[in-house]
Amino acid sequence: MKKLTAFLIGFACITFGFSQSTGELKKVPAIELNDLNGKSINTSKLYEEGPVVISFWATWCAPCKRELNTIHEVYEDWQEETGIRVVAVSIDDEKTKAQVPMYVNGKGWEYIVLLDSNWDFKREMGVGNVPHTFLVDAQGNIVYTHTGYSEGDEEKLYEQIKLLKGK
Amino acid sequence: MKHWLIGIALLKSAFFAFGQSTNEGSFTGNMETTFQYLNSDSLIGASQPESKGLMSSYMNVFYRNGNFKAGMRVESYLPRIQGYPNRFDGTGIGMRFLGYANDFIDVTLGHFYEQFGLGTALRAYEDRNLGYDNVMDGARIIVKPTKGVQIKGVYGFQRYSFQEGRVLNSEGITRGVDAQIHLNDLVKSMRSTFDVTIGGSFVSKYQVDNDPEFILPQNVGVYGSRIDVRYKKWTLNAEYTHKENDPSADNGYLYNTGHSAVINMGYSQKGLGVVFSAKSVDNMSFRSDRTKDLQDLLINFLPALNKTHSYNLVATLYPYATRPIGEIAYQGEVLYTIPKGKINKKYSVPINVNYSSAFLPIQSKSGINPLDSSRIDYVGKPFNKSDSLLWRDFNVNLTYKFNKSLYLIVSYFNISLNNDVSKISGDAKGIIQSHIGVAELGWKINKKNNLRMEFQLLTTNKIDKIKEDGTVYQVRNDKGNWATIVAEYTVSPHWFFAVMDQYNYGNNDPSLRLHYLIGTVGYLKDATRIAVNYGRQRAGLFCVGGVCRFVPASNGLTLTVSHSF
Repeated sequence: MKKLTAFLIGFACITFGFSQSTGELKKVPAIELNDLNGKSINTSKLYEEGPVVISFWATWCAPCKRELNTIHEVYEDWQEETGIRVVAVSIDDEKTKAQVPMYVNGKGWEYIVLLDSNWDFKREMGVGNVPHTFLVDAQGNIVYTHTGYSEGDEEKLYEQIKLLKGK
Repeated sequence: MKHWLIGIALLKSAFFAFGQSTNEGSFTGNMETTFQYLNSDSLIGASQPESKGLMSSYMNVFYRNGNFKAGMRVESYLPRIQGYPNRFDGTGIGMRFLGYANDFIDVTLGHFYEQFGLGTALRAYEDRNLGYDNVMDGARIIVKPTKGVQIKGVYGFQRYSFQEGRVLNSEGITRGVDAQIHLNDLVKSMRSTFDVTIGGSFVSKYQVDNDPEFILPQNVGVYGSRIDVRYKKWTLNAEYTHKENDPSADNGYLYNTGHSAVINMGYSQKGLGVVFSAKSVDNMSFRSDRTKDLQDLLINFLPALNKTHSYNLVATLYPYATRPIGEIAYQGEVLYTIPKGKINKKYSVPINVNYSSAFLPIQSKSGINPLDSSRIDYVGKPFNKSDSLLWRDFNVNLTYKFNKSLYLIVSYFNISLNNDVSKISGDAKGIIQSHIGVAELGWKINKKNNLRMEFQLLTTNKIDKIKEDGTVYQVRNDKGNWATIVAEYTVSPHWFFAVMDQYNYGNNDPSLRLHYLIGTVGYLKDATRIAVNYGRQRAGLFCVGGVCRFVPASNGLTLTVSHSF
């Protein structure tokens, strides 16, 4: 019982201690990932040039592909109007990783594609299941997040992007 | 466990109080709770647990401030839900670590996940959906002495189980080093179109030998090397790993050495992608406890070379995972997009063709004296395949878009699985051959409402059976034919409703021609998901990425709440 109390107090301290004082504590963690050209990219550099959408997906995840293919159709418009960039983080491990460049290039995606094959970024971003999409502002703060995908969710995401840009 | 919490809290306070950085750091994480209330259902072999209810939960919290990082996970099994290892129970800390990282060095103490290269020498990872977690507990150091060079060192015990609220570690210790060099960064004269990365690793485990019969090696080493090459639209990567002799329960305490070789080649351009992969595995199960089996305490990861399917009948009835004691496997895949205007005026039509196969290796006995005391039974050479089929999968799918709001995906799968070697069903004989056809229809009714339907049919090959009077008759292999219908209705961005009926209409036993009907209602708000499902679930292998766990049949209610922060 003592242990449990200590645990609860400690836990409360950690989770709520100071986190309520400002609303800007959910930041993208800095993790090194490779892109499809084998170039190492630190996730803390992704938002340097402005807000980004970070979307976790896998080649075996049908709703993930539906989401990114739907955004792909309107991506040019989105970029023209808001300058938003999409980062598609593949969580494929070695079993299916070889299919990632094939799928991405085959579909002609213009996204920044990162490989998170041992789930380091997925874990720290608090992603349980894919698809899971984040909108990140130019300071690296996570301003909007959505789990799962159903047709039409991209409209809500775009509203949030415009809201962020309008700030 | 309180030391950790207080430690983290103090550190956090220190950072805040002394103002090492102007911000207070950042918290991220997620939680998930799954509650099950199960009924007994004798027809499908589902029994009610004595406690009737089951609940599994976890919460991850990660903290970062400047170069400092910390994290932990609390897990709770009261008791664990169906399909998780049945030894999981209690509530407590399942992971905790402290770390510091700058551009030169990255140090982690406590728990860490890690992968060397393709992982055939070492991979510590987790999949909470499967209850799989072989996280290492110890120390890890990553050094980047110069641009393009990275050296990693790991030392620790692997997680084996979670009992009475505490993590139980392996008996044996695991340690390893890995170096990776991006040649283009070091050799400035290299052409940028030609990109090469090389790497090497050494992993060793130590476990005391207290075997009464054999003199076992207490230290077993694994050596790996790899290369990754990119040239314009081409990619090639390969990894070869050699294992010293490692008698274990997996190989029947043989003193053979082992190997694994994985090669992936790819070409892709807009509208066309091609991948070819090959793999050879012999005596390559590598665990930090030689007595363990199944998915317990694996140090390395041997990727299965087959497509990860997502349709229910295709993914769950006849799945395949690597056979670590030996297999030769190949896979090829082509994704071609027929440009718009050819067979569809307005939209392009993607076609995907995939083929994979796995065979038993030839275990040559020449030059081996079975009566000597070496306990080396055979010679296994890389890519020396026999004609004994373990697995074969040919599948093709085509996506056709009629207009902005209506699409159709048609797929065909031909899957063969050798049930005598990779036992998956007690009802089957020899090689189970199945043909599966799937039609998926998506209809975007309006901006927010969307309907998706799947129609799946599976049929198996016929096998001979002999009646008592000696007459031969034919029946369908395994559980015979299946039909599945899925209907999913979503109202963006908050609601989803789904019904799935799997009907085993072709079972050889008429009393087992059952409907497995399950309904789901879910509510989503930003990063929170609440879902309830009720109905029957078939027993079977639940697989994610080639790692499978047997999930028993169940009938009842499951409530899942997940939230990410």
